[in-house]
Amino acid sequence: MSGLLLLHNVSADLGTSRALEDVSLDVATGEVIALLGPNGAGKTTLLRAALGFVAVTGEIKLGDASPQTLSARDRARRAAYLPQRPQSIWPISVEALVALGRFAHGAAPDRLGAQDQHAVNEAVEACGLSALRQRRMDEISGGEKARAHLARALAQHAPLLLLDEPTAGLDPAQALGVADILRAQVEKGGSVVFSTHDIALAAGVADRVLLMKSGRIIAQGAPVDALTPGALHEAYGRPARLERIGGSFAAIFER
Amino acid sequence: MSASFRTSLALAALSIAALAAALWLGPTQIGSPFASDDITRTIVWDIRLPRALTAWLAGAALGLTGAALQGLLRNPLADSGVLGLSGFAALGAVVAFAFGFAMFAPAMSVAFALIAALLITTLGWASRGPASLVLIGVGLSSFAGGLIALALNLAPNPGALADLVNWTLGSVEGRSLEHVALAATLLVIGAASIFAAARGLQALTLGEEAAVAVGANLANTRTLVVLGAAACTGGATAVAGIIGFVGIAAPHLVRALVGHDPARILLPSALAGGALLVCADLAVRLLPTDTELKLGVAAALIGGPVFALIAARLASRGGDA
Repeated sequence: MSGLLLLHNVSADLGTSRALEDVSLDVATGEVIALLGPNGAGKTTLLRAALGFVAVTGEIKLGDASPQTLSARDRARRAAYLPQRPQSIWPISVEALVALGRFAHGAAPDRLGAQDQHAVNEAVEACGLSALRQRRMDEISGGEKARAHLARALAQHAPLLLLDEPTAGLDPAQALGVADILRAQVEKGGSVVFSTHDIALAAGVADRVLLMKSGRIIAQGAPVDALTPGALHEAYGRPARLERIGGSFAAIFER
Repeated sequence: MSASFRTSLALAALSIAALAAALWLGPTQIGSPFASDDITRTIVWDIRLPRALTAWLAGAALGLTGAALQGLLRNPLADSGVLGLSGFAALGAVVAFAFGFAMFAPAMSVAFALIAALLITTLGWASRGPASLVLIGVGLSSFAGGLIALALNLAPNPGALADLVNWTLGSVEGRSLEHVALAATLLVIGAASIFAAARGLQALTLGEEAAVAVGANLANTRTLVVLGAAACTGGATAVAGIIGFVGIAAPHLVRALVGHDPARILLPSALAGGALLVCADLAVRLLPTDTELKLGVAAALIGGPVFALIAARLASRGGDA
């Protein structure tokens, strides 16, 4: 299959500091990729660069075109994006927020076609929000807000999901629920690139992990191969290891 | 039927009722607005009708502009008056009158409102909260006030300009159907532009970057709102002078009825603004004062405290307003 996203020798500066250094990445159809690394490693910048929000050197292709040459609408049909701190500036309903994901398909929250309504329903149910559809965004909990914003991204029906810390602020059970949603996305023929600080969760759900540090990718591959004690130590500056317990993983950092 | 549509119908009915009341009621008592004697016909159709329609059109334009600017700038305190668009529009008209090309006053109002809209959206785009944006608006408004004073100062014939100073205070007294036609034309143009931006305003609920990521063309949205705000505010100010706070009060009232969707509040905000200003003007006419109270002054007397209350409520919710 053709690549959904390609980064080739990409570097970027944010202000005076280097945010990405010679990063290359090829995202094919049907894989979940986790971005790991300490705060400031460049995970968010990588995701934003993929959408053309960051000035870079090197080559980026979203499908067959550079994200900066695509119209906002075409870009939105190729990739859906969940920012790290998603906002709902006006306290609209959960359903109206999710419906904003249909924007690139020509829909508005108050004008949804049958296909749009179907996509919204599906996303709402996948994220366990059926009972909250009519609730206002300022009347629900932090975890519910996070799931509403994830549902918005899912409703966009883009082949590629770029999610910046989709499990931040979620309890462990809900975080696993999000992991299931990501796997389901792949089964439907999509791909997911997501950043997280939850190493164990990433190891459990991702086909590939990218371990970043200071804007560079210092290790990548299948979780058990890439997340060696040496790589983890280099990334986080502390001795650490990944352990497999039954079907799950645990990341253990030494004090 | 959506809440927005139902509310719009109710507000349209309220507007019609207010307009009918404005034809019937006044300091001069008349039996029936439809009486066929010359005096009644002059009072009702030549004096009261243009005045009431001008008030409605100015109110609708300002209500709509307030709702659109609030959506664009993601800020419930945005409004033509607070952000300096009205001040600049008045400046344009004053310059035209003071330097002897009065026929271009409406065009100058629109042009100057456009300058203010461009300035405020450029300077205020990245503002981190309601307060900082309002401060930029305060700066622009004072600047416009200063320039109006300067224009009056430098005008070749200052004696004739006393009326002009009065006019900037905001009033719809003695307006004609020409004023109505002018305000209506600019409202239609401005509304077309603003309604074309409605979906973009909805997307902006997600914040700037996420709005782009769902496919919104923000440059378009911004241009449409800026042009629409300039046409509406320019038109309203050209016929009625500076009238503040309608653009804040109307969307604020409407949100309580239809929710916060920035597209769905546009039409009801326009209708509410129109109804509000017709009622306010009726009140001004019926108040038994020796000299009639200026509509702009009345709007500020009511709107000022409302503005302060909204700001205080935002602040108590932890916003930085």
